[in-house]
Amino acid sequence: MRTELQLVTVIAESILEHRLVNEVQAAGATGWTITPARGEGSRGVRAADWEGGNIRLETLCSARVADRLLAVLERDFFAHYAVVAFTQQVSVLRGEKYRA
Amino acid sequence: MGPLDLAVANLTSAPVLAFAVGVLATVLRADIRLPDPVYQAISMYLLLGIGIKGGVGLREASLEEVALPALATIALGLTIPVVAFALLRVLTRLGPIDRAALAAHYGSTSLVTFTAALLFLEASGEPVEGFAATLLALLEVPGIVVALLLARRYRSDGDRWGEALREVVTGRSIVLLVGGLVIGLGTGDAGYAKVEPFFGAIFSGVLTLFLLEMGVVAGRRLGDVRHAGPGLVVFAVGFPLLTGSVGVLAGHATGLSVGGAAILGVLAASASYIAAPAAVRLALPEANPGVYLGSSLGVTFPFNLVAGIPLLAALSQALG
Repeated sequence: MRTELQLVTVIAESILEHRLVNEVQAAGATGWTITPARGEGSRGVRAADWEGGNIRLETLCSARVADRLLAVLERDFFAHYAVVAFTQQVSVLRGEKYRA
Repeated sequence: MGPLDLAVANLTSAPVLAFAVGVLATVLRADIRLPDPVYQAISMYLLLGIGIKGGVGLREASLEEVALPALATIALGLTIPVVAFALLRVLTRLGPIDRAALAAHYGSTSLVTFTAALLFLEASGEPVEGFAATLLALLEVPGIVVALLLARRYRSDGDRWGEALREVVTGRSIVLLVGGLVIGLGTGDAGYAKVEPFFGAIFSGVLTLFLLEMGVVAGRRLGDVRHAGPGLVVFAVGFPLLTGSVGVLAGHATGLSVGGAAILGVLAASASYIAAPAAVRLALPEANPGVYLGSSLGVTFPFNLVAGIPLLAALSQALG
């Protein structure tokens, strides 16, 4: 049986990893996946571009949690950091796992 | 060796030439970067190796021998950022946050510059106190703390400075360096002899590889330097000469050898590009990385590598 959930993807400079994980937890997500990422965007320069580059953080969560997380990103991160965030509607097996 | 011989020996050393090749590769747009995990492993190796050797040296040193240079080092760490912050106001049009970010970088110090200086002094037959790495560890943190405090007055929104401080103190460079010192202290000469082939014999070869990578990274920053304006370039070259000379004088005044005083000069002259950028990015996100990395990595690091180290060594010899 599949459940409709939000997949939130955040691509950010790797120095933000701890802070982003804290925000993901605070927003109420039950888990996340982080992978190293490479690429280029409008910012170009970042402090960490030779110490770890970027990360891609993904989390499956309810629409409410996704909204909360995106609001925090907008408030605290977008202004000064290289951060890209987007959501997708996805069908997930064992959907109850991802609802806090 | 006279100053000219020192300069030639430095310019033709493998690490410095590797750095030049790295810069050249960037200009040619050739991709010779080390894979990320290899870069991480090499930087761990350098930090731990320097720490262990410093620990072995510290074990042999007496407290009186270390105490005064250590105090001088901390005093340098506390004053350099304040002077940098004030001087940048005169030399550039940068705002207080960017000036504080630069102050953090110049107040802290650079492992790779230190390591290159150690190898340079060794090659020119100038002995250096074994505990020099202790001074490196002491100089890493205070400058960053002072600079973040300077910036604090100009910031209104969320204060991230506790988090940034944690990042510095528990960051890789401090933990590995201090961890290495502890290992060296514990194991002493006898224990070090067993790991010497790994941390001693091949050390300068590994540094050469690392400097190739540093050349690539610095080469990428050359564009930032052009945007920064002449005032910043004057600062990035002149300030290390000023702080380096003060460091050499402080070294002589506190009883260090000619080589030791030269090392303290290099420590004071060099700008951080591992610990400080991470702390500054977290604590002062509105500071422009192009400014502080362009200055510390694009100008000051190559300048110290090519000219600063032999100049400070020559100054120390002239005083000694």
